[in-house]
Amino acid sequence: MTQEIIISGFGGQGVLSMGKILAYAGLMEDKEVTWMPAYGPEQRGGTANVTVIVSDEPVSSPILSSYDTAIVLNQPSLEKFEPKVKPGGSLIYDGYGINVPPTRKDINVYRIDAMDTAAQLNMIKVFNMMVLGGLLKIHPVVEIESVLKALRKTLPERHHHLIPLNEEAIRKGMEIIQKQL
Amino acid sequence: MAQKEITLLKGNEAIAHAAIRCGCDGYFGYPITPQSEVLETLAAEKPWETTGMVVLQAESEVASINMVYGGAASGKRVMTSSSSPGVSLMQEGISYLAGAELPCLIVNVSRGGPGLGTIQPSQADYFQTVKGGGHGDYRLITLAPASVQEMADFVDLAFELAFRYRNPAMILSDGAIGQMMEKVVLPPYKPRRTEEELIKECPWATTGRKGLRKPNIITSLELRSEEMEKVNLRLQAKYKEIQEKEVRYEEYMTDDAEYLIVAFGSAARISKKVIAIAREQGLKVGLLRPITLWPFPSKRISELGKKVKGILSLEINAGQMVEDIRLAVECNVPVKWYGRLGGIIPEPEEVVEELKKMTV
Repeated sequence: MTQEIIISGFGGQGVLSMGKILAYAGLMEDKEVTWMPAYGPEQRGGTANVTVIVSDEPVSSPILSSYDTAIVLNQPSLEKFEPKVKPGGSLIYDGYGINVPPTRKDINVYRIDAMDTAAQLNMIKVFNMMVLGGLLKIHPVVEIESVLKALRKTLPERHHHLIPLNEEAIRKGMEIIQKQL
Repeated sequence: MAQKEITLLKGNEAIAHAAIRCGCDGYFGYPITPQSEVLETLAAEKPWETTGMVVLQAESEVASINMVYGGAASGKRVMTSSSSPGVSLMQEGISYLAGAELPCLIVNVSRGGPGLGTIQPSQADYFQTVKGGGHGDYRLITLAPASVQEMADFVDLAFELAFRYRNPAMILSDGAIGQMMEKVVLPPYKPRRTEEELIKECPWATTGRKGLRKPNIITSLELRSEEMEKVNLRLQAKYKEIQEKEVRYEEYMTDDAEYLIVAFGSAARISKKVIAIAREQGLKVGLLRPITLWPFPSKRISELGKKVKGILSLEINAGQMVEDIRLAVECNVPVKWYGRLGGIIPEPEEVVEELKKMTV
């Protein structure tokens, strides 16, 4: 199985780190992973996106023209990547700040209001983990346990007390999506 | 620490870790996007506290390459890394290293040019690397990694080849391979050579003769033309030997291929996806990926050229390697180029369309 995922949003939303944790979790399960950022003169508030490929086989191209799943966290990303989801694929978008919602009928569209939920629950710093939870509910690309292992491995030890909060955010994201399945 | 570790690294980080592990004595560099993580990772790892490897941020690329010259002259395993504009600055030093027959490693994580260009990936430094960006009749042993794993593996290989032939070696990568993260198995630690080992391996090096042997002189200068021609002939004989012995390439689905893509580095990765899509549509395509850009796998390309109906050179540049492919097949088969410029990476689907155009 191969999952080709694009994650896109504003710089500062945790797009790149969400992708990195997903890739790391894939590594924990001994899968092949590639994490390809659209690097550039990026800054907070600018655009950021990353391609993450998790596969049972060696990954071919890190550069893709279409994706199994697109996770979009702002309007420009939605406009850019909605057309690039493969027919039958999935689009997960955060409703915050979206004026023109997705229109395609040949893909599965999920709305995750993680931005609003995270703000209400005072969990804004783990907003990206909530979105990741949503993805994992739709496509269990990796086990939650592997994500937690990845967090333990990538976070400096002084931040390890925040891992339960991350787990809570992942489960919250799964709950939001559960209602739409 | 375990000898073998599986981890997730950027290509640039893999270069740095591999350098520490393969017994590198010194790194001299100057930051430039998209390769700055090499120096950053070395600075964070502090190898001077463990293996004793020197890591120095020089005042410029010109200084870096001349520090490499100094280190290499004394037989040390030394390296530098940069990206395209920085590597252009180093060309005088590279020519001197080749002329003085000094082994070293230069890593180019290339970006779009010409000039200051862009910071996005490009393969437009192919000519500069394999045709000699500096002056004079010289060649660089050039390895082109196509994965983060190869970024790690080729550091030691480049040093081995450089010392075997007393010749500078280059790893020609690009911003995509440098910036992406993949699973990588880091090589086991190899200790830095002791002084005794170094003197044994490099009897030509300036290690301090202590009155026991004739002085070793490292220079690329020889004002007597007859002598300089001898130097050149010796170099050419060495290059011939490298061409005979060190060609490396990977073949993918060439057995039944009717069309052949030739691509290196990140373009080769894209090609594998292209092949999957093309084969789904009934088009039998294979890939030859040169791992050594110099020496170039001309012989194998010539053989494959006799079996296929056409060759596509996929390059992230305006068509450079395509010239070497045409030379290799001696116009016996149509050779086309496709690529994107200015830091844009071609997407698999557009390459499939180019292949289809070749079939009509």
